[in-house]
Amino acid sequence: MSEWAPSRTASFWSLAFRRFMRHRLAVVGIVALGMLAIMALAAPLLAPHSPTTIDPTTFQGRPSSVHLLGTDSVGRDVLSRLIYAARVSLSVGILAVTMYVLIGTSVGAIAGYYGGTVDLVLSRIMDIMLSFPPLIIILFAVSVFGRPSLWNVIIVLGLLGWPAVARLVRGQVMALRHQEFVQAARAIGASDPAVVMRHLLPNAMAPVLVAATFGTANAILVEAALSFLGMGVQPPTPSWGNMLTDAQSLTVLEQMPWLWVPPGFMILISVLTINFVGDGLRDALDPSLKL
Amino acid sequence: MQRYLVRRALVTIPILFGITVMSYFIMSLTPGDPVQMLINPGMSQADVEIKRRALGLDRPVHVRYAKWLNELVHGNLGYSYSTGAPVTKRVGERVAPTLTLTVTALVLSYMIAIPIGVVVATRRYTWIDYAATFLAFLGISLPTFFLGLAGIYVFALRLRWLPVGGTMTLGGDGGLLDLLLHLILPASVLAVAGAGALTRYVRSSMLEVLGQDFVRTARAKGLAEATVLRRHALRNALIPVVTLAGLQIPALLGGAVITEQIFEWPGMGRLTIEAINQRDYPVLMGITLITALLVTLGNLLADITYSLVDPRIRYE
Repeated sequence: MSEWAPSRTASFWSLAFRRFMRHRLAVVGIVALGMLAIMALAAPLLAPHSPTTIDPTTFQGRPSSVHLLGTDSVGRDVLSRLIYAARVSLSVGILAVTMYVLIGTSVGAIAGYYGGTVDLVLSRIMDIMLSFPPLIIILFAVSVFGRPSLWNVIIVLGLLGWPAVARLVRGQVMALRHQEFVQAARAIGASDPAVVMRHLLPNAMAPVLVAATFGTANAILVEAALSFLGMGVQPPTPSWGNMLTDAQSLTVLEQMPWLWVPPGFMILISVLTINFVGDGLRDALDPSLKL
Repeated sequence: MQRYLVRRALVTIPILFGITVMSYFIMSLTPGDPVQMLINPGMSQADVEIKRRALGLDRPVHVRYAKWLNELVHGNLGYSYSTGAPVTKRVGERVAPTLTLTVTALVLSYMIAIPIGVVVATRRYTWIDYAATFLAFLGISLPTFFLGLAGIYVFALRLRWLPVGGTMTLGGDGGLLDLLLHLILPASVLAVAGAGALTRYVRSSMLEVLGQDFVRTARAKGLAEATVLRRHALRNALIPVVTLAGLQIPALLGGAVITEQIFEWPGMGRLTIEAINQRDYPVLMGITLITALLVTLGNLLADITYSLVDPRIRYE
């Protein structure tokens, strides 16, 4: 970029930062999210027991001084599983979304920049993929991709999530590509990849960042749902979703709330805080989008 | 206008074709052998081969796809691997329960979202606006299965007001009242996420309309505020919101998978889980195809409705 561009960028981001800090729920959200991340990273230090070790003296045990949140159906410590499961949720959220943002940005930039037949074909592919109800096509793909697992979920979400991002980036790039600064860049001989990477994408990234934040919250919800249905992360690996699977039995549901209330709350809190952060980012980065 | 409608309808044809290709592509990647699910240990290798050939599984993928597409055009979606019944029949009998559930949920979510959205739009940046924003995000962030289980715990197990699941009381007459009683909990659970998102849309749509000149004119000529809101603002604000119903369909159908599983509701969602567990890929593909079809038709209807009710829209 030219010499004066950095100062303008800085003022955009510092303005955005100030707007973000005014959004109280978003600030609360980012603090809570930081605590969740610390919990995930420091899980071995925080968890009182191993998340997979079975205590043979108690199963489906009530909360006690040894097991603060009780034990699950095979005698594993619920609190420890709850803490370790943060790793699963956050890694699905971050990795799957990173994957589909990269794919979606590339596809969207190519479609928007080249236009014509390339755009037509890519846009139809996006239309087709967006026609499938997400959870149903994800279930179909997960069941086809062999044994359900954490990586299986990440890859399926990463491979299926890109069309929405691609459509967003395509629109941004199309709106920008005829502007004067882009023509100027081309006039001084910048190659296509350079124009896209240095001039178009940086200016198209704000809405992508917002979409990625909401996407992270959604990916965590989908992982939890898949694991709950037995199609995601498999025990003994703890996931908040698979910790709720047992509650499909009415006995567990009625008599052992310590087995299903805490993981449900953890999903809710993490998804809610990320959504607040997303809302704050939207207000901060794109004040015209007021939803 | 007519030209737009025809062209808009024609655009859906390649999309429908693409949907079939993609469904079949995913299905062709299946690792498990469906024949393994059907044979019993007493069958000989030759019997297994005969079974495989009877199901057409010995042919290459593109031949099977062409054959399948040809059958599809004639209204045949193939046969279930697990029961041998036609897929159209197995999926078909599950469509009505799912539509009952999702349409009820859709109506409920609008009934929640419209009044709240309108009220908070007129009281922007007050505590009630913040409270509604918080609740809307809570609704969007609640995992359907957690909300469903909590709903069963509170309303069915503790208070005993509503049944735990199913569509009718065992041994009951299965009357309309009984169905409604069974419908309340799953439909409400399914409606919550949509209501959260819709409230935000109603609010922003209302705010946009309230800032327009014709609202100022209505106020200037001395109309009561309630009349301005109801007759002038709300009517216009609802146009984009009502057409959003088409865009809600994918989320509703996905949410139905979980809701139906928890509440033992015999719809397509529950069939999806059954088909996955039985590796019944023709049924799974039938569901995928039919739901994608519903989504595509929903989008088409939404676009057409939009162009009909809002004369400002000019497509050409």
